[in-house]
Amino acid sequence: MSETPENPDRLVPEPTADTKPFWAAMEEDRLVLQRCLSCKKIRNYPRPVCDACHSMEYDWIEASCKGTLHSWTITHHPFHSGLTYQLPFALLTVDLEEGVRLQAKAQGIENSELKVGMPVKVGFEHLHPGLTLPVIEKP
Amino acid sequence: MSLREAAAITGVGETKYMRGTDRTPVSLAMEASLNAIADAGLKPTDIDGLIPYGMGAVAEDFITNFGLPDLRFSATTPMGGASPVASIQCAMAVIKAGLCKHVLLSLGRTGYSGGRIGNRVRQMPQFRTIGEFEMPSGAIAPPQLYAVMARRHFEMYGTTSRQLAEIAVTTRQHAIMNPRATMQRPMTIEDHQASRMISDPFRLLDCSLESDGAAAVVISAPDIAKDLRKKPVVVMGIAEGHPDSPSVITQRPDITTLGLAKAAPRAFEMAGVRHSEIDVAEVYDCFTYIVMCQLEDMGFCKKGEGGPFVENGALGIGGRLPVNTHGGLLSEAHMAGMNHIVELTRQLRGEAAVQVKDAEIGLVTGYGDLGDGSIAIMRRAA
Repeated sequence: MSETPENPDRLVPEPTADTKPFWAAMEEDRLVLQRCLSCKKIRNYPRPVCDACHSMEYDWIEASCKGTLHSWTITHHPFHSGLTYQLPFALLTVDLEEGVRLQAKAQGIENSELKVGMPVKVGFEHLHPGLTLPVIEKP
Repeated sequence: MSLREAAAITGVGETKYMRGTDRTPVSLAMEASLNAIADAGLKPTDIDGLIPYGMGAVAEDFITNFGLPDLRFSATTPMGGASPVASIQCAMAVIKAGLCKHVLLSLGRTGYSGGRIGNRVRQMPQFRTIGEFEMPSGAIAPPQLYAVMARRHFEMYGTTSRQLAEIAVTTRQHAIMNPRATMQRPMTIEDHQASRMISDPFRLLDCSLESDGAAAVVISAPDIAKDLRKKPVVVMGIAEGHPDSPSVITQRPDITTLGLAKAAPRAFEMAGVRHSEIDVAEVYDCFTYIVMCQLEDMGFCKKGEGGPFVENGALGIGGRLPVNTHGGLLSEAHMAGMNHIVELTRQLRGEAAVQVKDAEIGLVTGYGDLGDGSIAIMRRAA
């Protein structure tokens, strides 16, 4: 783990008023998604307006964290000095049961096991106080 | 009202393409722009509209350096590598409206010698969302962001790395015959397959160059264009297209479809041209896969059939559709596709280094900013 809080290039989220609830929930091992209060469409990542009905009213629902593998890439090249994870690492794109996607690092899944449609779940990696990132695990 | 044949390309220019320079992007952009203006037989003070690429030289630099007394229009089209071709649509609209007679498109960059392109991405507003939600997990650079599109295509349609290699190899064959191209060493499929993995499924030789240099294009009103130094290249069809979920690839319902899929039918309809009439295509090639995906999105083959389509030298001179006859971003230089407009113009004037015989109609595409697309269909002067 190249987790070096002193590295000025470290890639960290900078939450806004629109996105703070997402990151606060991560700290509690919960994945939350915005749901439109008017038409009930669930959306990700957080944003101010529902693209279906244009309502700006929403609440947050707790996601099931269950999904299936949609796509992936395995990164070998050191693109950035502030990378959170050691190379190589696999980034997985997951179709969640709620109808939205999430991209996160694979945890405990061999690259040779990766297959579109395989069941996966969202887990949580506590990197340091104030930073928890989602990871993708076997169910 | 349509923009069909509302303007023509009248001048093109470049600097030498390099990997290593101490010159500034502004200096490079000025040199290429002066070359393009001279190519058209114009004076710098004839330019009354400007669409700079947006990074590097800005409108103020051109006013200052060229002594422009009364610039009537300036804009930028912030679509990454889709910007240069999208700028053609913007230029045509202001020419058709009578605002300008000669619009200059210009791009100068130090992609090799300057700051790493990947580091700048997070600061740009169109990347705000992935900056917060995907970059912390390590998805930072274009090869990674686009690799998930390619992997999905591989898994859904059986596309292979060897098929992507065909694109890299054919493009290199063109570059070797073009003295302006940076990469002059021959490449085989095996060379591609042996190149190191960058972000699976992209190998090093699937990725474009980082280059220093500049390229520029002059677009003129059609009634004036016919009396200038070179035969005009007339723009028949033009369009830009924005994909669903333009800022976040991973939230796009179908990640194997780009914004070009929306733009291409509009451009072909405006031009009144069939696919079989396209003699040469300069297709934005930041990565091999992006070429294949655009060929599908333009309708040269069905979605999923791009792999077989590009096999057996189909994109070479004498192939079914000659593509990136200058060597593209993969092997000539990464000028964000401005060099693709320069090359199509040369093809349709009959003055290209690697000339498609009797090329009459051709197209050029742009791609950038996670999926934006643009396309121009052009013909040579009658």
